[in-house]
Amino acid sequence: MQLEKIHYDNKIVKAFIIASVIFGIVGMTVGLLAAIQLFYPLFNFDLQYVTFGRIRPLHTNAVIFAFVGNAMFAGVYYSMQRLLKARLFNDTLSWVHFWGWQLIILAAAITLPLGFTTAKEYAELEWPIDIAIALVWVVFGINMIGTIIKRREEHMYVAIWFYIATFVTVAVLHIVNSFEMPVSLFKSYSAYAGVQDALVQWWYGHNAVAFFLTTPFLGIMYYFLPKAANRPVYSYRLSIIHFWSLIFLYIWAGPHHLLYTALPDWAQSLGTVFSIMLIAPSWGGMLNGLFTLRGAWDRVREDAVLKFMVVAVTAYGMATLEGPLLSLKNVNAIAHYTDWIVAHVHVGGLGWNGFLIFGILYWMIPRMWNTKLYSSKLANLHFWIGTLGIVFYALPMYISGVVQSLMWKEFAADGFLKYQNFLETTTQILPMHMLRAVGGALYLTGVFIMTYNLLKTAASGKFVANEEAEVSPLVKTGHTGGYWHRVLESKPILFTVLALVAILIGGIIEMVPTFLIKSNIPTIASVKPYTPLEVQGRDIYIREGCVNCHSQMIRPFRSEVQRYDPKGGEYSKAGEYVYDHPFLWGSKRTGPDLQRTGGKYADSWHYRHMLTPQEVSTGSIMPAYPWLYEQQIDKSSTAAKINALRTVGVPYAEGYEDIANDDLDKQAQRIVEGLQLEGYETTKETEIVALIAYLQRLGSDIKAEKVANANN
Amino acid sequence: MYKDILRNIDNVAIWPMISFIIFFTFFVMLLWYVFTADKSFIKEMSKKPLQDGSENSNDVEPLNR
Repeated sequence: MQLEKIHYDNKIVKAFIIASVIFGIVGMTVGLLAAIQLFYPLFNFDLQYVTFGRIRPLHTNAVIFAFVGNAMFAGVYYSMQRLLKARLFNDTLSWVHFWGWQLIILAAAITLPLGFTTAKEYAELEWPIDIAIALVWVVFGINMIGTIIKRREEHMYVAIWFYIATFVTVAVLHIVNSFEMPVSLFKSYSAYAGVQDALVQWWYGHNAVAFFLTTPFLGIMYYFLPKAANRPVYSYRLSIIHFWSLIFLYIWAGPHHLLYTALPDWAQSLGTVFSIMLIAPSWGGMLNGLFTLRGAWDRVREDAVLKFMVVAVTAYGMATLEGPLLSLKNVNAIAHYTDWIVAHVHVGGLGWNGFLIFGILYWMIPRMWNTKLYSSKLANLHFWIGTLGIVFYALPMYISGVVQSLMWKEFAADGFLKYQNFLETTTQILPMHMLRAVGGALYLTGVFIMTYNLLKTAASGKFVANEEAEVSPLVKTGHTGGYWHRVLESKPILFTVLALVAILIGGIIEMVPTFLIKSNIPTIASVKPYTPLEVQGRDIYIREGCVNCHSQMIRPFRSEVQRYDPKGGEYSKAGEYVYDHPFLWGSKRTGPDLQRTGGKYADSWHYRHMLTPQEVSTGSIMPAYPWLYEQQIDKSSTAAKINALRTVGVPYAEGYEDIANDDLDKQAQRIVEGLQLEGYETTKETEIVALIAYLQRLGSDIKAEKVANANN
Repeated sequence: MYKDILRNIDNVAIWPMISFIIFFTFFVMLLWYVFTADKSFIKEMSKKPLQDGSENSNDVEPLNR
């Protein structure tokens, strides 16, 4: 058979690798700063662009979409060409993909510190950037499917299936979760409200972990691990089962992020059951990876690439066992809202994603530059310092998570909460937070060592932009029926459609019933739309990222009801959120829950607290917000906001947008006068007034309901 | 309260059951395939990463230990 000479495109892979390393360093440095802010609030610098609430999403977006995302594209493009024996479909598309993605990252790096955010975790970017993401993602998809179609291999190897599933699922998730009503260029409201918004968001959020951080890297594992070990994959059979059961089950598990919330019970149970079932495919994949090393374990002792991969796959196994356990309601009752979850995601992020990325970088770069690794000593040093970093990160977070949770729940003999002041539980865990920062710093140090080593490696060789390969042209053997999956492996379009069907079944069955609930049916009679001033205040709450540290969801536990609604005794109800576009339930309680905070303190308390939190609550780690006392409420946006909210279903009367600012002024004036009586001078235009109005509104509707019932 | 809402949906309890049946059927088909699949094909596929046509493949000795 005549062999054909083709050239693999290494240049695009190189570009994605460079972007990944640079953004990795940036994203982790921002993470380290955020970690330090949690024990030295001084490091918020009293500057609005770098407060924790704004840079926490910057950190998560940078490490997920810039560091891991770029590395994923590098790994996918490198392995795909070689597994399909074809150069990428179209060089121009490759570069449009590359520069498009970097522009999105740049846009994120600018807009997030400016406070442009949708407040939905890992989907914070505003609508114009959402559209750009969709377009660039489609470019990636066309480039990938195009390459698959012009392949010189009849059958697609398992890694390619994972890449296909990644493409179709992320597209679906991103589009469905990004339905939002624009108000202006950088402001929109989620099309969904309250419970529905929460379900869609965590269906997205969970599957972003599944299909952005997991499936592409499983594909990468299935290519690079056999490559590095120079062994065939342990069981191709197992990989078939691994693939289908993983994508089929993963899509259902999102509601485990909402256990004990106002989400319907059946949806919560569904999330739990599917999460437990997920252990099987996840561990199947982990074992398949580890067993691929059979007969090569002696090399694991010396080869840094294999070391990184072994720890990565092991971290995957640990995180995918821990995840299902956290989905059990009794475990979740303790772990949710605490640092335990932070530890869990970082075992996955630092261990699985980070270490697998380091492994493939150490493997690819010497080969792409046609040289050898500059120093295996440094690579081993990176491995040990990185491993130590993970341990120092995760262990303190586990301890602080459990300690804080138990303190939240502890009752004294008199029947009252033992630690009534939330702050007592915060100060208790600060030493653990300091240790966590040490862990993060160690991990980052390792990345610097790697960067140096890789630069030296590249300098010692010559970059092979177009790598030559000799391959045989595609000969179609035809199939004699019987093995349907084998046929499927040679039909990429059909395969893509089936993968799409597999993930849609889960998504649709889970969401349709919740969407059939008309959002006005569960309305508690006293729950009313926010006033214009409260809308503005809520948008400031969103802009400052308050949701990153404060939940608005009181779970039905005696300890939570007594802590957050001691007088009313009410946990959170679905009907309270029908006008919340977006929902602001939060996922972490670095500070206390705020859902019933309305009326708990005087306006003047909030006024002083937002300016000097440490003076009002000694030992508080909350940043100060001095700019709220200088900046003016953007009243020019009120009408557009009322219109947009009405479009997504909030029942403001027609024409209300014209008089909304009058109501806003009146309410602001009342607050300003109240503050004056207590000796605080401010004007009704300052942002703090709007924020106070919103905070005082929180939970007041359900209290009004009680009063109304009592009077009847 | 959400029970009141769900009363408006007919037979909501059947939704999780349908999902379970769909998955279970698919999974059984998959197992059936995997255990009856052609051995030589499986073996061939498991070696795919090692046959990428480029010479520049496997060596690990570093420059400077």
